[in-house]
Amino acid sequence: MSLETPLGKALGHGSARAGTEHWLAQRLTAIALIPLGLWFVFALVPLQHGDHNAIANWVAEPLNAVLLILLVIALVYHSMLGLQVIVEDYVHGALGHTALITVKFVHIILAVAGIYAVVVTALGVGR
Amino acid sequence: MAQFILPPNSRVGKGETHAAPADAKNVRRFDVYRYDPDTGENPRLDSYNIDVDDCGPMILDALIKIKNEVDPTLTFRRSCREGICGSCAMNIDGANTLACTLAIDDVKGDVSVYPLPHMSVVKDLVPDLTHFYAQYASIKPWLQTRSPAPPDSERLQSKEEQELINSPSACILCACCSTSCPSYWWNSDRYLGPAVLLAAYRWLVDSRDEATGERLDDLEDPFRLYRCHTIMNCTYACPKDLNPAKAIGEIKQMLTARRM
Repeated sequence: MSLETPLGKALGHGSARAGTEHWLAQRLTAIALIPLGLWFVFALVPLQHGDHNAIANWVAEPLNAVLLILLVIALVYHSMLGLQVIVEDYVHGALGHTALITVKFVHIILAVAGIYAVVVTALGVGR
Repeated sequence: MAQFILPPNSRVGKGETHAAPADAKNVRRFDVYRYDPDTGENPRLDSYNIDVDDCGPMILDALIKIKNEVDPTLTFRRSCREGICGSCAMNIDGANTLACTLAIDDVKGDVSVYPLPHMSVVKDLVPDLTHFYAQYASIKPWLQTRSPAPPDSERLQSKEEQELINSPSACILCACCSTSCPSYWWNSDRYLGPAVLLAAYRWLVDSRDEATGERLDDLEDPFRLYRCHTIMNCTYACPKDLNPAKAIGEIKQMLTARRM
């Protein structure tokens, strides 16, 4: 039982003065993913029967390597922001906080692993 | 976690069926949600067969007829019977609307009548709107100024400035929109919901108000404002044909614009 007033309950801990950055970043990464995603799909088509060397050579092209790293960053960032919204919507309390931290950690690992893979593949060619 | 199924004491059981008068020719069935907190029993769905030839045209007329002639224990809020007070907001035929402005003829088949969704029920069709009203109070829905009022006139607006607040001022706070919003269902403890955000927007675009910055500060919150995912149930539900979803979108644009 709580004797807190309804207005006190509604005001809660006040405004976090945050959220706009998240909202804007989600939209900007979505816009960035349209050209990057289309480029990636169409670039993969001629490579579909290529062996490991063919694909490694493709990754080693400077433009391809840069665009791939951009794709990894935009994709992982967008995915992190989206999953964060889902957790905030549906998972509350301590479990929600744990889930939010897990989502962040997993996505940072994915981003680092993705960028590392592109860099190693690109630099490994011709050695 | 968000609740996806009703707790055991909220599940709706089968109720009584009330037959229509023997000489009735045009009978419609109304399935009405009933809950009495004093009995400790689960809610139930009572069926009332009503002769609509001997009844006013609106859903509210049928409810009043049931209360007057069949079952005086049926409890619901109503006042103006012309869509301006917002008292008779309820879930009819699966959508939130005002019982007084929805015609019986506009509902196909049996008419289901439930209280506004995902609210605590006080009794039958009466939801507890305490928190909803407290959220409305929390956005300070009144004019805030620093400039003193002109000594010999009102605080004036141009015609164009006045037109900005025309539509959002028409909100009657019936709560049809907020209680149709899934985000409000899961997070109403912190998310303000479309009705209250529309009210906040009404003061944000008021050219006489001088607290726009503070108002935006108070709204800028991942839960208070940004739980809106543009689902647009609010705009679909609004019995006054207002557009809370668009107002919320414009609040987000104001917040973006002031940091760019």
